[in-house]
Amino acid sequence: MKRELNIVVNGESYNFFIEPKTLLVQVLREMLGLRGTHQACDSSSCAACTVIVDGKAVKSCSILALQVNGKQVTTIEGLADGTNLHPIQQAFIDNWAFQCGFCTSGQIMGAKAFLDENPNPTREEIQAAMDGHLCRCTGYNMINEAIRDAAKRLQALEAAKKVPAQRAPQVQKWMQTAKSGKGAA
Amino acid sequence: MKTITTDFEYLPATTVEEALDLLSQHKDDDYKVIAGGQSLNTAMKHRLIAPEFIIDIKGLSDLDYIKFDDQEGLKIGALATHRSLEKSPIVREKYPVLCEMEENVASVETRNWGTVAGDLCNADPAVDPGPPLIALDAKMKVASKDEERTVDAEEFALDFFETVVQPGEMLKEIQIPVLPPNTGAYFTKYSQIHGDYALASVAVSITLDKKKEACTNARIGLGGVGVKPIRAKKAEEVLKGKKITEALLAEAAEVAKTEISPVSGIEGSADYKRELAGTLLKRVGKEALARAQKA
Repeated sequence: MKRELNIVVNGESYNFFIEPKTLLVQVLREMLGLRGTHQACDSSSCAACTVIVDGKAVKSCSILALQVNGKQVTTIEGLADGTNLHPIQQAFIDNWAFQCGFCTSGQIMGAKAFLDENPNPTREEIQAAMDGHLCRCTGYNMINEAIRDAAKRLQALEAAKKVPAQRAPQVQKWMQTAKSGKGAA
Repeated sequence: MKTITTDFEYLPATTVEEALDLLSQHKDDDYKVIAGGQSLNTAMKHRLIAPEFIIDIKGLSDLDYIKFDDQEGLKIGALATHRSLEKSPIVREKYPVLCEMEENVASVETRNWGTVAGDLCNADPAVDPGPPLIALDAKMKVASKDEERTVDAEEFALDFFETVVQPGEMLKEIQIPVLPPNTGAYFTKYSQIHGDYALASVAVSITLDKKKEACTNARIGLGGVGVKPIRAKKAEEVLKGKKITEALLAEAAEVAKTEISPVSGIEGSADYKRELAGTLLKRVGKEALARAQKA
């Protein structure tokens, strides 16, 4: 028997009637067409399907969609602001943190939830937080570097928000730099 | 893409009473209880099981707690996630071994959704919380509509993926007593990939006398080396009443190796896992002793 599911995905509310056996990833990919969320191992081992539910990174291939009823879901499609990539996305590009890109949306969603919780992480903390994310081509160093770089960019954006109004033009410039990734070390 | 192919009737509960009512109504049916479902969904996707009913207890917010008090110790509700145990400041202070254990359970994503109690009810022989709960002398509160009973941690699992929880019952709470003074506990697991199930895991808790010389109590739990987590009672006896040295720990490890029955698999032979458990026991015992001396 189908049951009602109410969820908010990337800020939009949706209402579906679904079979209880439906997994969250099926709702995202097949019903909403949000195919940025990838499925690879299907056994909860690789984290390619990672999305954020109520602020926490979870594996969408291993969750019954009905358990997410009433909750907020963010997928990779929800990160960019129009055509401006999210600083984490830009940091992945600038640091060569992917090759085939299959695991990347999961990596970025994992990194997003992690940086929201720990805005200034060490290399080791990133390693511990991201160790569930498997990548078969790039290797993990560049991913780690991209996340550290993203942390710096996000911190710059946060700091910019707190600066008094008279310094706004200079701040605008910093923000632009942070977003474009130019000057990222 | 693997999906769950067989339909089931979905029965969500929002309170403990509702959950126990549903369990009592369906105790003669083919049902499974889902909390986070981090093992259950995979088992259904791989078509290992196809229950007719799924009783969903994830919404039981009244059991999503981790509480500590100086008299009764730690209480972990059935819906507390692995991640909340890992991140709990009071657990980090009073039972650091549990946080250290959690840091090596699967990945952050799995720990965010999966529950400690659900993991124990799934009853993989290498279930991570199994050995430390044995070492910390935990009790498991199992409830049905009509009664509640408590079971020692080492008695909870019965066999591969089988526990004392009967149809109509659920694991409601995990209780861990206040540690006696001069007690130290430590846990290590060995797995091929970080976060994977252990080939062997060992938890040791050591309590020393007032002078911090002789061992007054020791508890040893082992995982992955039998059909369920095992308490090595004979090895504990080797340590009790004596001053613990590396030689004594080596003796206890030899005894523990006779108390376990590992199963050969692609990841290692039974003999390999037995040796591994012995080696881990020596290392873990040494650290537990160091912690007891500092406690």
